[in-house]
Amino acid sequence: MKFRQAKWNEPLIFERSREGAIGYSLPDPSKTIKKLLPNPLSTIPKNLRRKVQPSLPELSEPEVVQHFTRLSQMNYSIDLGLYPLGSCTMKYNPPMNEEIIKDPNFAQAHPHQDCTTLQGILKILFELQQWLSEITGMDQHSLQPAAGAQGELAGVLIIRAFHADQGELEIRRQIIVPDSAHGTNPASAAMAGFDVVVVPSNKLGQIDIQALESAVSNQTAGLMLTNPNTLGLFEQEIETIASIVHKAGGLLYYDGANLNANLGRVRPGDMGFDIIHTNLHKTFATPHGGGGPGAGPVGVKQRLAEYLPVPVISFDGTQYYTDNTRPKSIGRLHGFHGNAAVLLKSYAYIIRMGWEGLHAVSNHAVLNANYLMKKIESIKGFSIPFAPGVWRKHEVVVSANPLERDTGVNARDVAKALLDRGLHAPTFYFPSIVEEALMIEPTETFSKAELDRFIKALTEISEQAYSDPNLVHRAPQNTAITRLDEVKAAHPRTMTLSWRMLQQRDQEI
Amino acid sequence: MSKFRHSFLPTVGVQEKEMLTALGIKDIDELFSDIPSKFLLKRRLKIPNGLSESEVCEKVSHSLAQNWTPRKGMSFLGGGVWPHIIPEAIKNIVNRTEFLTAYTPYQAEISQGMLQALFEYQSLMAELIELPIVNASMYDWASALGEAALLTSRITTRDSFLIPHLISPSRRAVLQTYTQPAGVKVLDIGYNRRTGQLNVEHLKELLDTKTAGVYFENPGYMGVLQDDVDAIVDIVHDAGALVVVGIDPISLGVIRPPGDYDADIVIGEGQPLGSPMNMGGPLLGIFASKDERKILRQLPGRIIGLTSTQEGDERGFVMTIQAREQHIRREKATSNICSNQAHSAITAAVYLSLLGPHGITEVGEKILQLRHYAEEQLHAVDGLKAPLFEAPHFKEFGVSIEKEQESTPPTIRDVLARIQECGILAGIPLDQSFPELGEAALVCVTETHTQEEIDKLSVGFQQALEGKP
Repeated sequence: MKFRQAKWNEPLIFERSREGAIGYSLPDPSKTIKKLLPNPLSTIPKNLRRKVQPSLPELSEPEVVQHFTRLSQMNYSIDLGLYPLGSCTMKYNPPMNEEIIKDPNFAQAHPHQDCTTLQGILKILFELQQWLSEITGMDQHSLQPAAGAQGELAGVLIIRAFHADQGELEIRRQIIVPDSAHGTNPASAAMAGFDVVVVPSNKLGQIDIQALESAVSNQTAGLMLTNPNTLGLFEQEIETIASIVHKAGGLLYYDGANLNANLGRVRPGDMGFDIIHTNLHKTFATPHGGGGPGAGPVGVKQRLAEYLPVPVISFDGTQYYTDNTRPKSIGRLHGFHGNAAVLLKSYAYIIRMGWEGLHAVSNHAVLNANYLMKKIESIKGFSIPFAPGVWRKHEVVVSANPLERDTGVNARDVAKALLDRGLHAPTFYFPSIVEEALMIEPTETFSKAELDRFIKALTEISEQAYSDPNLVHRAPQNTAITRLDEVKAAHPRTMTLSWRMLQQRDQEI
Repeated sequence: MSKFRHSFLPTVGVQEKEMLTALGIKDIDELFSDIPSKFLLKRRLKIPNGLSESEVCEKVSHSLAQNWTPRKGMSFLGGGVWPHIIPEAIKNIVNRTEFLTAYTPYQAEISQGMLQALFEYQSLMAELIELPIVNASMYDWASALGEAALLTSRITTRDSFLIPHLISPSRRAVLQTYTQPAGVKVLDIGYNRRTGQLNVEHLKELLDTKTAGVYFENPGYMGVLQDDVDAIVDIVHDAGALVVVGIDPISLGVIRPPGDYDADIVIGEGQPLGSPMNMGGPLLGIFASKDERKILRQLPGRIIGLTSTQEGDERGFVMTIQAREQHIRREKATSNICSNQAHSAITAAVYLSLLGPHGITEVGEKILQLRHYAEEQLHAVDGLKAPLFEAPHFKEFGVSIEKEQESTPPTIRDVLARIQECGILAGIPLDQSFPELGEAALVCVTETHTQEEIDKLSVGFQQALEGKP
């Protein structure tokens, strides 16, 4: 298979502008209404009227459609093939969900409607809360957070509220994160006003228990952990970890980014975790939309339920309603009910899969990851650091260190060379405890044939690196564009973040 | 080997067997053998059995039918999520799965389409606001406000943030959630009881050397426009604080852009630009700023930049200035935001491309005309004060039930409930969030409404106030 991405040299939409063209049609208000106010701007004080029309482009509807359709053809997506970004869980997004959210009873629903008029969607959201609790082993959920990172923030704020309630917030200033944690973990902890203490991983790629023991103290507010961790390894000492943190008076927070390994198999709540967020746009199959929207519901054990962000959807035996009456709640995170359309899609996914389907999802996700590990192990130039012979879960981290040492071809080059073969690259240079890391999460979505295509591509890249490394350094050549100058993009003198900045710079020159 | 089959799961039968053989195992369960057995779930998840696609659609549609949805044009609810016309072309474009099912464009070379579309979103919004820098989106207006408050505090190293008293209650609540851990204090600026506009004298009293930023909205939560913006901005800048302005982007064809009156940061809600109401999500948090180094270094969220190829001068787009972000800076990042609302951002980009300068002006003018008509009609209703504030408005305005001395008028909730019986959602009750405004509600009129529908609204109010069913 020879891959060649579409390349349109499509100008910026502003550069396609033609004076006088319009791409919209709007209904006219009635004659009476127009007669009542022939000059609408007269109702706005002079000082507040827009004097010059915004410099938006002028195009007809077909031209706009053509422009964006061309752009879409220069974009890789899950529907094209393997998208093995580690910890991103790029799985198939069922088209039925896009139809479901078009239902006018949902799409036209306004969040300020009285609950009596929203019983259908509230019932759905209530059941989703319950199912997420069942799947993760928690007692209660709130659907407020709009993304995983906001779910994390909610979780750490719950830790904060809990200690404040105990009168210990002033001493408990520290959140512990492993050195392999997702970058959002320390960032969320800092946003919630905590200091971050990093604990190292041991030689097996798991939390170093001794280091953890010496890190905890009466200043410990909590530990943020994902299990399986970012190396795809199950933290086998989780019981000890939980006990160390709990004994020190801290709470255990579960980063749900890696939940796809666990469905129906293990539950964070059973492992001692007190709080969890779940990325619905990962494990529960909602499309990532090129960066968002996601949804990051936060769940807790009963003793923390009073701190959940409001509103929580509740049921009083006859009616579903939005429960805002939690005096100890950390408050709101979203203007309304979180990313409701994303929540609805995940609900539909769960009933489409059923308990048995969810279980199979994790089985196949883990099977695929281990199959890739086994095959990549024998490709020259790649190694599998940490815990040889231990099964991975949803993802595997490969090191291109030997390849780099032998040929000068690094993980970035490998990633770019994969693009040339019509495959998305894995996450690279993360986790930072692995040199030349390639973090690979295939998910359950892809067949053996697609995984074999990936393995074949890696094999070819390895061969190319050893025979003609310059070829790999020059990759990608088959994508819409070759490697871009990131230094120029970020340099104060050349930085261009909008058409407006580009125009201003051109004027200065 | 499992016998379970599902249309989303390609690995079956022979292939599954081949893979297990390659791993030297007989059963997938062996892959979980490293998990301490006490943690393995020994029962089924209490989740219903899976359904076929048509059954899922049927079940969801059946549940949703338990919602009551007013007929088109019969809802006058706004307050942060508003009904607007969505051109059909938008849906076709943004539902292309090349956009819909892509991840964040980490690999720029194979993601130019998304990157250029997001750069265009930033650029189109920059023209509308007249500020050069717009990030690739925040979750919603509320969290954008939270991030803006934190940003002003980081830049000025001061710790108080002033907001208008008449602000969306949920926006205020989210702001509190964001600012409280950082120790940023939120203080209320009072308002002119007659006009609903900021009380500038009170603002002057509040401003001091601790003020990091001053926030106001144009239009404000009550739909009121703030016209003395130049004076306010000067006062705030003289105090060494930053000006943050909240906007409704669909107003900016007719309303002066905040970039033109020297706002430092502009935030707002982009849902009016092509996104359905969807019970309030996904939304689109707008975040824009001046091109100043001290601000840029502290901005939250992703930013797309234009650059060129390493070898040659072909134009291309990348995520840039990433040294601010969590995946690089970890606990020192300017925000923890990672996933944003990129898909809503490209929706807004397509909307603005279709409307262009004429469309965005025209939609604003039509809204002004329709709202003006609604205001006049409701003004004529006996026992109803409309508009609640004597000030210029954009698409929303308050109404309140006038107190007469002899009679006891109905409450606003009674009135809204009676109108709802006629199939009309007339407004958002304000009695709980702003009791000082009396028996009041917030009414929203947009280009989706017709004269006939507005007439029905005013008849609804009239009959409800007369006590007719």
